[in-house]
Amino acid sequence: MTTAQNPVSYVAPTDLLKPEPAPVSDRGAYGWARAHLFGSVGQVLLTLFGILVVLAVVPPMVRFFITDAVFIGTNREACLPETVGRPVGACWPFIAAKWNQILYGFYPADERWRVNVVYGLGVVLLIPLLIPRAPYKRTNALAFFGIYPLISFVLLTGGDLDMRSFVLGWIGLDFGVTASANGLRLTFWLQFLVVTLLAMASGMALAPVFGGERRAVALGILKAFAVVGIVMLAMDFDFGLPQVETRQWGGLLVTLVIAVTGIVASLPLGILLALGRRSELPLVKYSSIIFIEFWRGVPLITVLFFATYMLPLFLPGRFTIDGLLRALVGVALFASAYMAEVVRGGLQAIPKGQYEGAMAVGLRSGLMMRLVILPQALKLVIPGIVNNFIGLFKDTTLVLIVSIFDLLGILRASFTDPAWATPTTLFTGFGFAGLVYFVFCYGMSRYSMALERRLDRNQRH
Amino acid sequence: MTDARWSEPAPTRRWSWTDPALRSAVIQIALAIALIWMAWSFFANAQANLARQGIASGFGFLDNSAGFGITQTLIPYSESMSYGRAFLVGLLNTLLVAALGIVLATIIGFLVGVARLSKNVVIKALASAYVEVTRNLPPLFQILFWYLAVLSTMPSPRQSWSFGLQPMFNAFAGWASGIGLTPLSDMLAALAGDVSAPGVFINNRGLVVPRPVFEADFSIIFWIFVAGIAAAFLLARWARRRQERTGQQFPSFWAGLALVAVPPTIAGFLLGWPLSFETPVLRGFNFVGGIRVIPEFVALLVALAIYTAGFIAEIVRAGILAVSKGQTEAAYSLGLRSGPTLRLVVIPQAMRVIVPPLTSQYLNLTKNSTLGVAVGYPDLFAIFAGTTLNQTGQAIEIIALTMAVYLVISILTSALMGWYNKRVALVER
Repeated sequence: MTTAQNPVSYVAPTDLLKPEPAPVSDRGAYGWARAHLFGSVGQVLLTLFGILVVLAVVPPMVRFFITDAVFIGTNREACLPETVGRPVGACWPFIAAKWNQILYGFYPADERWRVNVVYGLGVVLLIPLLIPRAPYKRTNALAFFGIYPLISFVLLTGGDLDMRSFVLGWIGLDFGVTASANGLRLTFWLQFLVVTLLAMASGMALAPVFGGERRAVALGILKAFAVVGIVMLAMDFDFGLPQVETRQWGGLLVTLVIAVTGIVASLPLGILLALGRRSELPLVKYSSIIFIEFWRGVPLITVLFFATYMLPLFLPGRFTIDGLLRALVGVALFASAYMAEVVRGGLQAIPKGQYEGAMAVGLRSGLMMRLVILPQALKLVIPGIVNNFIGLFKDTTLVLIVSIFDLLGILRASFTDPAWATPTTLFTGFGFAGLVYFVFCYGMSRYSMALERRLDRNQRH
Repeated sequence: MTDARWSEPAPTRRWSWTDPALRSAVIQIALAIALIWMAWSFFANAQANLARQGIASGFGFLDNSAGFGITQTLIPYSESMSYGRAFLVGLLNTLLVAALGIVLATIIGFLVGVARLSKNVVIKALASAYVEVTRNLPPLFQILFWYLAVLSTMPSPRQSWSFGLQPMFNAFAGWASGIGLTPLSDMLAALAGDVSAPGVFINNRGLVVPRPVFEADFSIIFWIFVAGIAAAFLLARWARRRQERTGQQFPSFWAGLALVAVPPTIAGFLLGWPLSFETPVLRGFNFVGGIRVIPEFVALLVALAIYTAGFIAEIVRAGILAVSKGQTEAAYSLGLRSGPTLRLVVIPQAMRVIVPPLTSQYLNLTKNSTLGVAVGYPDLFAIFAGTTLNQTGQAIEIIALTMAVYLVISILTSALMGWYNKRVALVER
């Protein structure tokens, strides 16, 4: 009840109370330290334990690799404690002496510029591909995945494959010509021309049966053959580069060749397998599943042994396959199974409406995949592809078991070099190899995480 | 009165590529022909190549005498035994390193995974560093590192590092008898044996540990132990049923522990400890007696466990983070303390997320155990695809058999996984 003298019983104060500051124990550096370092007895013990571990690991590492390390020298004498007169840490001159082997293996010294060009070109093409904002992605990707491998192949091996027969030659039809110029044999290219024309003719004949237009089909076949022809021309042409056998390759070169080939080759194969696995045709579906699960179920080293010892037996006697190529085939098969699973994840993430929308506008299944589904799905799986690449990069070390000298293999072989036998050579080598692998893998994993965050943000709009 | 349109005869089916049924038949027949042609040409080429190289095919070689020694055998084996026996020895070695590696990797992985979620910044940073370093170095690198850089630089057998379990036991026994606990002191003294020299040695030829010697009566203790486990299991089941029925709790963990531990101890006391240890003794340049664990095994086991633990830690972290905070808060508001909250609310839900990727890590570890070949650990791959392949040249049979073993392990694990997944899957309406 309000009275006349006091018409209002209560008026809230217009100014609110100031918030009290948090208690001293909860704020500032002290509060932070209490929450994160020594809030309770257990916390204190944990912190002390952690500090002990850090002290046990970090200072000795710094001492070994930097303060006690020897940086200048030309032979093992420089790294012996007797000559230096103090305990010696890492022997960096060892790495400097083996530097060329680490980068190129036993690649001939005069030809190393070719490897350098391949390294340089790879960096130039790869960096804009990895920057999401860089323009011309399509052209860039085509250059990196299509043209770059071809240039690298010619530069690294020397090209001039000396191709003798194409399809017709295998059945004895070689036109009886032996002329050749610049490493190109006339008979091979005649055969190629005839096969192209035959393929175009049969394409035109069969086009109506498959509901296609004669002209378009013939043009498509011509295009496909033209691409194959250009690739073979580049491989067959004699550019005057001396041949370098793959046995002479080694070190980082082999590591990168295997990892990059594995990813580049596994991408198309993996996409096909992923589509096959989602196919409605039982035979296609189950053969894809068996293929994928088989390679995923066995260790990579058995795959490499399969490719090294078993595959040559399965091929006709006239094929002799180079040792590195065998390993590459094994790695590509293995990687494609893992790639297929990554791509399948992307395909499953595309909402059904996209499929239905594409069908509603009248796209056939091939076009639907190419124009609508795959562009979206592949973008989603880029982080997965990068993770696959990290795995593959680590797995390349396994080739040392089939006597191919990758980065780790070269270092392991040089541990036994008597010219550099010092008490710390081994640790220096492991330290260096570990650093290289860590920098590559850690860098790529950070990149893949950043990409994932970016995609996530784009998905949410 | 029928409409003329309805009575028209159905159009005869025409050969058309746009007919899905026909198209799928054509594609599948073409694929089948391609697959059969490929299989046939592989087969024909293999036959021709083998005939040219004069290699007989078939698995008959498995009965031939192997003629090579194996440095680690879990079952009796000698050079005169067959390749089949060597295969079995290798398989057991693979399973041994895989099983122990899985146990170790799980323990380290869970610890590191939980540490990464710790409030303590030092511990958190250490755990993150562990994960980043171990995951980003190739497993083969790690195996070679442990083998060449750590184990090979251990001292020679004469200068072994030694650890004494026995001196420790003896010291405890002395202490126990000092305060009047004679039964305990007797037990410890029996376990320690009468040698007060150290029993565990580490040197560049591996790890040497005492070998347990079981006397005849030991089987009694063993069966009492087994019975204890069974009883504890039944007790836990009864306790769970009772709790569901009446809500009353029963300390089944501690009771079960007592059931497992106490009866064998009493039996051992009554029987006079029918268990002793044969201690390794340095004779000449090497140790005699005891069990020698070869350095290849140690290097492989440690490297695989440490490498895989990095991945497991990430899986555990993701699993725990996947349980929403509301679950913890709800449990607290029901009055559960943090221990039971973790045990009854968070972990069961996290396991649902953790277990599938965890299994694939277990499989990866098993597959990575083949890398032991780089340091000479006699696993299935090294013995069979390595030595046996070199000696017999039967590439197809040997590689196919090796791949089949790993494939079977993978498929069995996946099947088990599928069964588990179905069991723990979220039951939704």
